[in-house]
Amino acid sequence: MHKYVLRRLLLLIPVVLGVTFLVFGIMHLTPGDPAKLKLGEMAPPEQVEAMREEMGLNDPFLIQYAKYVGNALKGDFGRSYSTNREVFDEVMSRFPATLKLAVTASIISILIGIPAGIISATKQYTLTDSVTMVLALIGVSMPVFWLGLMLILLFSVNLGWLPSSGSQTLKHLILPAVTLGLSSTAIITRMTRSSMLEVIRQDYIRTARAKGVSERVVINKHALKNALIPVVTVIGLQFGNLLGGAVLTESVFSWPGVGRLMVEAIRQKDTPTVLASIVFISVTFSIVNLCVDILYAFLDPRIKSQYE
Amino acid sequence: MSNEFLKIENLHIHYVTQEGTVKAVNGINLELEKGESLGLVGETGAGKTTTALGVLRLIPDPPGKIIDGNIYFEGKDVLDLTEEEMRKIRGNKVSMIFQDPMTSLNPVMTVGEQIAEVIEIHEDVTSAEAKEKSKEMLELVGIAGNRSNEYPHQFSGGMKQRVVIAIALACSPELLIADEPTTALDVTIQAQVLDLMKNLKEEFNTAMLLITHDLGVVAEACDKVAIMYAGEIVEFATIENLFTDPKHPYTVGLFGSIPNLEEEVDRLNPIKGLMPDPTELPSGCKFHPRCPHAEAICAEKQPGDTDVKENHRVRCFLYTGEVERKEEEK
Repeated sequence: MHKYVLRRLLLLIPVVLGVTFLVFGIMHLTPGDPAKLKLGEMAPPEQVEAMREEMGLNDPFLIQYAKYVGNALKGDFGRSYSTNREVFDEVMSRFPATLKLAVTASIISILIGIPAGIISATKQYTLTDSVTMVLALIGVSMPVFWLGLMLILLFSVNLGWLPSSGSQTLKHLILPAVTLGLSSTAIITRMTRSSMLEVIRQDYIRTARAKGVSERVVINKHALKNALIPVVTVIGLQFGNLLGGAVLTESVFSWPGVGRLMVEAIRQKDTPTVLASIVFISVTFSIVNLCVDILYAFLDPRIKSQYE
Repeated sequence: MSNEFLKIENLHIHYVTQEGTVKAVNGINLELEKGESLGLVGETGAGKTTTALGVLRLIPDPPGKIIDGNIYFEGKDVLDLTEEEMRKIRGNKVSMIFQDPMTSLNPVMTVGEQIAEVIEIHEDVTSAEAKEKSKEMLELVGIAGNRSNEYPHQFSGGMKQRVVIAIALACSPELLIADEPTTALDVTIQAQVLDLMKNLKEEFNTAMLLITHDLGVVAEACDKVAIMYAGEIVEFATIENLFTDPKHPYTVGLFGSIPNLEEEVDRLNPIKGLMPDPTELPSGCKFHPRCPHAEAICAEKQPGDTDVKENHRVRCFLYTGEVERKEEEK
């Protein structure tokens, strides 16, 4: 098990290298000159050229990338082109807000999605099941920004119950987290339902019933643990979506997270900020998925024995 | 009412699907005394498993439905019991061994937990005592007690079947339903498992309903036999009567299809034709399209049960005198 975790942590290195290389490449290929952005449109060409030289922008692409990685390894992610602040500090100050939002959205989607999926599966083909599935379909298909605006209209503008922007209190968290978590909730509901439906047809569920186990225990103990295995995978992947998808939600609710920082940085071709944000998100995503894989071992002894 | 230990009367079970109604069990009658064992023999799809699941009321619903009939267990009709009362019977007084040991155990629970669970449900014991007893049960079926913390995937097929048997016997049931307990196993393991079941049955004085398609297994382990065809019991007899003097043309055909060790034959001698489609069963006697003695009446009327001698009844017009036996051309 320890070996496995260590191996997975080492795998983070190629993942992060790959992600940064891609983003670095994309930023390199997009039009716009960071030196010009830094000095302003009116700057004389000589000055811009000097600045390019100073920023290392005249080096070949691979050299630039190697330099960046070298510095990053030393903990130096560079300075923002637009604010000139240490990018690392900038991202670090924003990251907790994004994490808070994604985690809350995740919790909401798990707390609603799994029970809804179980109920839907155990009452297959009933009205409850149909209603749940239609709601889930709506949940998956609704665009986040539209949902966010509708929720603001209803709860902030008309009812005045919840604030529409900012992040000071828990109350501020509700609308963005619900907005962000809704599609995840729907996906988890559908996944739990189909996984559960498959499991309750298995022979060992019949064995459990033949032992005289009550229906509640059959579902919650015998079936659920088996059914959760694929659901946990989806939850892990969804968490990545939530981190990345926070970009839209953060913009709608003016949430001070990495997502918004990244959008602004992209607009200003602020490569160091974009890169640092993405490294943070991809590392978090990888770690969450590692946790999911470790969780597997606890859910499924067959997988655990493979790790050993 | 009935005082028999297990008595099934006129049981009909159908599976209603969009493609049509599968008539799995059509008017079954059978009796079983305490401590006795009955072999339920028939081809795949004859309705054997459905009958067994019916006794435990575990027919998957939807699509399965018990349409008609009574199942008396110790004088009470189990079809009238509440779900709660039924649960107290399952795994306790009546337990079941399933066909495929590879899929019958929960992969995420240790075998010890799975045995202890049934003990905890039905017996007034603490979980520690149940755990202790689960180890004893494992020992009883020939698995070291210290393996109780292992998971099903760590056991071989034969051992899994032993675990399933341990679960079924943990509460000393009065009736054990074994659904092809040896089909998924190697021949050598089959003999071991059968011996094990036979010994345990004698030890606990358990009645057994053994479902199989293997007449050899029946001869080995049963007192009585019921031959099933297309959801009906066509012949019901003691083991001696059936093996020495089979009556129903289907049973005769079954015996005829077993190759004789002493004779050299070029071809096997199967029963002609195929099992009928359970959604479109033939009219009258279900076996008439394949029967060498069939006459017009066989397609029109359904034969009733005829007692040919004590403990031997047949569902065939040959024995009511309505159809003449044809000499078999060989």
